[in-house]
Amino acid sequence: MRATVVGFALMALPLVFFGLFFAYPVAAIVGRGLKTDAGWQFGRIGEVLARPDIADVLWFTTWQALASTGLTLLIALPGAYVFARFDFPGKGLLRAVVTVPFVLPTVVVGTAFLALVGRNGLLDQLWGIRLDTTVWAILLAHVFFNYAVVVRTVGGLWAQLDPRQEEAARVLGAGRFAAWRRVTLPALAPAVAAAALMVFLFTFSSFGVVQILGGPSYSTLEVEVYRQTAQLLDLPTAAVLTMVQFAAMGLVLAVHARTVRRRETALRLVDPRRTAHRPHGPMERALLGGVLLTVAVLIVLPLGVLVERSLDAPGGYGLGFYRALEEVGSGTFLVPPLESIGNSLEYALAATAIALVVGGLAAGALTRRAGRFVRGFDALLMLPLGVSAVTVGFGFLITLDEPPLDLRTSWILVPLAQALVGVPFVVRTMLPVLRAVDARLREAAAVLGASPWRAWREVDLPLVWRALLIAAGFAFAVSLGEFGATVFIARPDRPTLPVAVTRLLGRAGEMNYGQAMALSTILMLVCAVSLLVLERLRPDKTSGEF
Amino acid sequence: MTLLRLEGVSVRFGGRAAVDAVDLEVAEHETVCVLGPSGSGKSTLLRVVAGLQPVSGGRVLLDGADQAGVPVHRRGVGLMFQDHQLFPHRDVGGNVAFGLRMRGAAGRGAYGSRVAELLELVGLPGAQGRAVASLSGGEQQRVALARALAPSPRLLMLDEPLGQLDRGLRERLVVELRGLFARLGTTVLAVTHDQGEAFALADRVVVMRDGRIAQAGTPLEVWQRPASEFVARFLGFENVVPAVVSGGVADTAWGKVPVPDGAPEGAQRVLIRPAGVTVGADGLRCEVLSRTFRGTHVALLLGPEAGPVLEAECGLAGAPAVGDRVAVSFAPAEVVVLPPQ
Repeated sequence: MRATVVGFALMALPLVFFGLFFAYPVAAIVGRGLKTDAGWQFGRIGEVLARPDIADVLWFTTWQALASTGLTLLIALPGAYVFARFDFPGKGLLRAVVTVPFVLPTVVVGTAFLALVGRNGLLDQLWGIRLDTTVWAILLAHVFFNYAVVVRTVGGLWAQLDPRQEEAARVLGAGRFAAWRRVTLPALAPAVAAAALMVFLFTFSSFGVVQILGGPSYSTLEVEVYRQTAQLLDLPTAAVLTMVQFAAMGLVLAVHARTVRRRETALRLVDPRRTAHRPHGPMERALLGGVLLTVAVLIVLPLGVLVERSLDAPGGYGLGFYRALEEVGSGTFLVPPLESIGNSLEYALAATAIALVVGGLAAGALTRRAGRFVRGFDALLMLPLGVSAVTVGFGFLITLDEPPLDLRTSWILVPLAQALVGVPFVVRTMLPVLRAVDARLREAAAVLGASPWRAWREVDLPLVWRALLIAAGFAFAVSLGEFGATVFIARPDRPTLPVAVTRLLGRAGEMNYGQAMALSTILMLVCAVSLLVLERLRPDKTSGEF
Repeated sequence: MTLLRLEGVSVRFGGRAAVDAVDLEVAEHETVCVLGPSGSGKSTLLRVVAGLQPVSGGRVLLDGADQAGVPVHRRGVGLMFQDHQLFPHRDVGGNVAFGLRMRGAAGRGAYGSRVAELLELVGLPGAQGRAVASLSGGEQQRVALARALAPSPRLLMLDEPLGQLDRGLRERLVVELRGLFARLGTTVLAVTHDQGEAFALADRVVVMRDGRIAQAGTPLEVWQRPASEFVARFLGFENVVPAVVSGGVADTAWGKVPVPDGAPEGAQRVLIRPAGVTVGADGLRCEVLSRTFRGTHVALLLGPEAGPVLEAECGLAGAPAVGDRVAVSFAPAEVVVLPPQ
């Protein structure tokens, strides 16, 4: 009974937080779009969906997400195998490198591919090839972004599968491929499905990448919501599209939750360090070479080109673009772009603090007794990943502007929005660790005279502080890169890094382009450094859902 | 002077009673061992006394004070967990000092000498700085004991204290523990499924079955006079058969078996300890089914011409071989008349 009371007390703050800063703004937007003085206008849903331009957006959103997912699996599964089963020098570093894109802000990903395949990009200069008006740029950027999701989710499990299972099948007469297909593949399938759903989720709601690389011809739901809201001021259409996206994401998340639960079936897992071996034979060496080449071309090259472009100033290589960031420039900004770094760091730190408190309390509540209500709470926490960030941002503008919650002029508005996407990461990172703390350690502390609070401080905290730091790092990286909501609510005189990058890209001129590259490089370095710190902290370097 | 008293304590999980109306007393400086198969409710009993498990009924009194409503950390008892539950993020010294820190108001440095003293006591002098993960099973057990003893609990409880250790270590540690508790005057309530451990450690043994107390007494009493067939079989005796007792003789499937003087008459069950099955020239004729060397004696499994399989013991010299035909007689001193079921 007392445990239940504590559980509800822990849930109270997260519930209020989500009610005020998520449900209320989103509901307000939908209401404003679909409700007139004459009541709810549900007929508008049908009208909007019947429009051919909207049908095009829906179709493109879906097929590009499917294509991106398929392509990512195709390219990343060999990588997952190599990381799981092969030992080679520099493996740890390479694992960190392939993870960098995942914590990069989407705006940086878009910019990097623009520098590679866009106008005056590397391929354009070398061979006159431009892909930025084609769908290939978007698909490749999505693969770049999600490579790590597949490698970590599938590879993590693959490394822990006992190879002797396959050997047993071989001894029983199965060929090499048959053994893989009948023993390893079924064990891996749930992990592959989970990774695929995750990639689908990210690419279906893709905003920054498509905004930068899609040009006028390609638009996902999220981009269209932004266009309808910010440019065409067509709130009814935006509201309908938000609901469509929400429904689609809800479906995907529900399927995901099911596969994850099925994934927890009893597999005989072993220490990943025991399953890896040096590649031998021409086949395995070719596979390793192919994966290394893929990583080089797909991941290292775009990042390298980004850095190169940022240094390629008019007067020859140098820090010209970086220096220009200190000046106010030609009316794009009220303040020097360099100030956006400070803004971003401040906002991200505040957002991290909020996400840790809210997510930490929520994870604490979820660790206690499971029940229908608690499972619903768990799902609620994941919702921000599925709702258009643009809608959330615009919702903030129209709801949090009157007393008692007049936050329009408050700086806290941006961190609040960013924390919304940080919370799911905090919960997902903390939950397994909190659940793994043996309750009897707490009992041992109690018998030795520790009060419940003291036991938590002496036993739980020391065991989970590492996970807490990792969660903080994730929340920090997502907050730093958050774009969809921030672009609405960041004040013109206090832009964040991603907002400043898109503003620079939106203007013509070599100087603006170069400065965008320079800012993106800075953003990439901040994210990469925080990731490398995280990698060192991660106690088990292969597992983790993200 | 009674330190711990349980009055009609019951614990229910759903509809099942894990502990069923148990009355138990532990006197000061006494070592009591609760013995029972897994699932008999003995660990639950310890958790009840520690306050980790709420009771469905009955009272727990420590020093005469009802413990209802007293939280775990204020009960002043010690509990050594079955798998030790050492804190993985603290070194040996940090683990041993934990209880002192929780209770004492003294400064950081003041615990050092007490920790050193305790580690000395459990035979791990100077181990303060070692990581818990680097300890062997036996060493972990010693550290867990030192940790539980450190705050000088008025009652020390041990849950399968030697359960996970190998046999040689176990036998040595039982002797050490008994000496240690005698020296410190500690009051101990231990639970174990191992009768050898219980008999070696305890002043008094309490045998539990399905949440109830099946028998309580000194080790010698329980060993010599099991109170029921359950206790007899739990102690490892298999020669139990129904019998009709009259005039100092029990009529069993194995024929006439002499019983001790004063045994109850009528329909009973009879236990014949293997030591009481004597291989000789005449008596019940049996075939030797198996022969197991036990170090000090040979254990025989005999197939008698009438009745169920019979366990017997004989000396190393002259032990029959498998397939031999022998005759056995029964020694009344090793026969126990049990109440009928």
